Amino acid sequence: MAYLFNTPDEIAAMLDAIGADSIDELFSQIPDRLQLDGPLDLPGGLSEPALEAHLRQLAAANSGTAARICLMGGGVYDHFIPAAVDEIASRGEFYTAYTPYQAEASQGSLQAFFEFQTLICQLTGMDISNASLYEAGTAVSEAVFMAMRVTRRHGRVVVLGSLHPEYQQVLETYLDNLECQLEIVATPNGFADVSIVSEALDDTTCCLVIQHPNFFGGLEDVAPLCQAAHDAGSLAVVCFDPLSLGLLKSPADCGADIAVAEGQALGIPAQYGGPFLGLLTCRKEFVRQMPGRLIGQTTDREGRDCYVLNLQAREQHIRREKATSNICTNQGLLALRATVYLALLGREGLNEVSQLCCRKAHYAAQRLAELPGIELMFDRPFFKEFTIRCRDGAKSVIDRAAAAGFDLGPTLARFPRLTASLGDAAAQETLLVAVTEQRTREEIDGLVDALATEPAKLSSQP
Amino acid sequence: MRNSLATELLFALSRPGRRAARFPDCDVPLQPLDELVPSQHLATADREKRPTLPELTEADVIRHFHNLSTLNMSVDTHFYPLGSCTMKYNPKRHERLAGLPGLVDLHPYQRINDQQGMLALLYDLQKMLAEISGLPAVSLQPAAGAQGEFAALLVASAWFRSRGESRSRVLFPSSAHGTNPASAAIAGFECLQLKEGTDGLVDLAELEQHLDENTAVFMITNPNTLGLFEQQIEEITEKVHAVGGLVYIDGANMNAIMGITRPGDFGGDMMHFNVHKTFTGPHGAGGPGAGPIAVREELSEFLPGPIVTSNLDDDGNPHFQLEDPPRSIGRVRSHFGNVGILVRGYCYLRTLGPDGVRDVARHAVLNANYLKSLICDLLPVPHGQHCMHEFVASAARLKEERDISAMDIAKRLLDFGFHAPTVYFPLVVPEAMMIEPTETESKRTMDAFAETIRTIAAEDPGFLHEAPHQTPVSRPDDVQAARHPVLSWTPEDGS
Repeated sequence: MAYLFNTPDEIAAMLDAIGADSIDELFSQIPDRLQLDGPLDLPGGLSEPALEAHLRQLAAANSGTAARICLMGGGVYDHFIPAAVDEIASRGEFYTAYTPYQAEASQGSLQAFFEFQTLICQLTGMDISNASLYEAGTAVSEAVFMAMRVTRRHGRVVVLGSLHPEYQQVLETYLDNLECQLEIVATPNGFADVSIVSEALDDTTCCLVIQHPNFFGGLEDVAPLCQAAHDAGSLAVVCFDPLSLGLLKSPADCGADIAVAEGQALGIPAQYGGPFLGLLTCRKEFVRQMPGRLIGQTTDREGRDCYVLNLQAREQHIRREKATSNICTNQGLLALRATVYLALLGREGLNEVSQLCCRKAHYAAQRLAELPGIELMFDRPFFKEFTIRCRDGAKSVIDRAAAAGFDLGPTLARFPRLTASLGDAAAQETLLVAVTEQRTREEIDGLVDALATEPAKLSSQP
Repeated sequence: MRNSLATELLFALSRPGRRAARFPDCDVPLQPLDELVPSQHLATADREKRPTLPELTEADVIRHFHNLSTLNMSVDTHFYPLGSCTMKYNPKRHERLAGLPGLVDLHPYQRINDQQGMLALLYDLQKMLAEISGLPAVSLQPAAGAQGEFAALLVASAWFRSRGESRSRVLFPSSAHGTNPASAAIAGFECLQLKEGTDGLVDLAELEQHLDENTAVFMITNPNTLGLFEQQIEEITEKVHAVGGLVYIDGANMNAIMGITRPGDFGGDMMHFNVHKTFTGPHGAGGPGAGPIAVREELSEFLPGPIVTSNLDDDGNPHFQLEDPPRSIGRVRSHFGNVGILVRGYCYLRTLGPDGVRDVARHAVLNANYLKSLICDLLPVPHGQHCMHEFVASAARLKEERDISAMDIAKRLLDFGFHAPTVYFPLVVPEAMMIEPTETESKRTMDAFAETIRTIAAEDPGFLHEAPHQTPVSRPDDVQAARHPVLSWTPEDGS
């Protein structure tokens, strides 16, 4: 069933006005031999109740955070989403509008995105935020492209091995056809050694990419790393966790020139990996090299404050092949979610959520490490996520936890480039655990108890 | 009726000590934080010197954003004939279904056996998109149409490399979306823009003149941005193929042809879909979209991964896996894709069925031609007898005779409760107004819209230059905005 209005009478009247005998005639510009002579091979249309039954069946064959207690990490976290976020994001006036090209018909979206940009600047201490990119992997890539334009260095980019392996893969893809070489500095101890990184930087390096907290959960020495980048005349690109900033030093305080992030933690559900929210911020002198939309404040013809799409001369619809990026459709609705989330959180809420994550993660790490056969993989400070090594194998621990109603992971073996750097045996035994503010002591104790029981007695899932 | 107090900036509404979100008390030991995290990593007191997040109650936040929302036009509230964007109705069932537990809360690193329902859905969506495109291999990963273009160009590049060829040029007509050249540039290609023929279609002689052994890809939107089907598409694709190049179909306008003809059948080698357009995403005030790509079999091994594959388990039931194509260009984003939007697209296609898919295209084209017939005497449509799903009208004559521009009409339409068409694109039509009604509008709405255009055309030009008159703001000063960019709020004392 299509969502159509036209009745047979109306169709006749419309064709009459057009001067055509049939709808088919309107398609006469498509050569006959190219027109399909029968229906496509697609499943038959479903009514709403039938569709809902079908989707419920598909959904029931998955395990989400509603099914098991989630301590999974790897860039996607089970933070609490206040009801008010869903309420605002489900306003049709927001989610069925498009890019605010007509400012007079879009002040609601434009002001919300201006507030988004401000909140992200307040959160990070950076001067400028754009109005969103797709997700963190492309945000890292766009930041590197931006660094090439700013420094006019196109030779190399240096990336810490502790950057999320999927973000590394995305960057590698983005650089595929370009002269810029990607150099990955290995981080076998779970964090970067500043002196080794310094040696990797040279006068052709456009930037150094640092993730903090890094993929393993560990904290990097961000300020000295940024300094090392600056000493080489390179930019420092820092990929941060937005909800760490109620506790940890901000990217600006650490010396970042461009700071990017995955914004999923800011009121966005896991949704099997997307849509998420790429954040990109920078120092104000780089603003004209930024990718993506920027909302600016101005006044209208009667002197009223208002908001517009600004500095569009950077964008593809104006500059075409000379644009700073090819991005057009962005992640507006997710930026709105983040705006509402941060407005609800406020300064005290941000501090609280950061501290709760940190304390609970440390409690969980300490309790898990007390178990025989489980140890912390790296001796490194962390925020809300950490890497454990399990003598019984990571997969077996994940299966035992799942049988008891807990989700852990991912295993590091899931990422081929980590298997290569850590060695296959180590990767098979290691996994990530993330603890958000939602986890209770009772849940954490329950997980520890479940893993303390004899593994042989549990049937493992294939 | 307008609550302008509530729509002050969040930062002006903030009052010290207000709270919205509260968390449970900490139930694990309250160790000092600097025992957990070394102090050099902790935010210092310096942090207090700069602006921090506002302090609001939940009611403040709700009233603020509810009132802001009323300052928007949207598909739910208004006719939104923004050409090239396919602003069709967004069925509410999709929102409920995409929000089901098991879909909305599924972690991307969940165990494979715990995501079989999601993989089944995505596998079937891959199959449906392959069928609609006539191109057998699909990657759902790209986050938007522009990223689909970029990914497909890298696929092309990898394919040429695999054949020992190095081709550096991407061609496209001047009416192409800006994303086409922008994607080609970041994919490392040089761009060459072709002039259209006087009929608004690709000029075959012009194309032929620029095709050579250095041609990697010809990017073409079909129907094109003038709303015309490129009738010579087979000759175009033959010529590109004859020099060893590939043809990329920008699928932005699939709403006109799905179920009628297929890019794979008219010679396209690669294409993207805009799920937020054709399959009613929705548009989310700028995004998210999803831009899956479909390619010919011989290009499939280069697609970005992962792709969902299926085999039969011991009991003969399908078991789904994630696989990277053997010579994949790699990822273009983290995780699987913009799955929340893909789920909505799946729901839409399962609702439409094969007849519904065809009906969408037929009625999108009927509506566009009807609306064109109502206004083409006033706003001539320079190209084509019939249009496809959209048409590009010109206000050039009104501009010359009455000093009424496309922008004036666009702005004045807002006063009458109609969103403006896309204006000044494509550039080949002077004073262009690109109008796409979509299939989900009624004759009555289009009659009213056309009547309003007539009313506006008879109004005083001076009055129109200052339009709109009924909206919350009017004619923002873009020049001032660009000259002195104010991109975030700062406290008045400048601290």
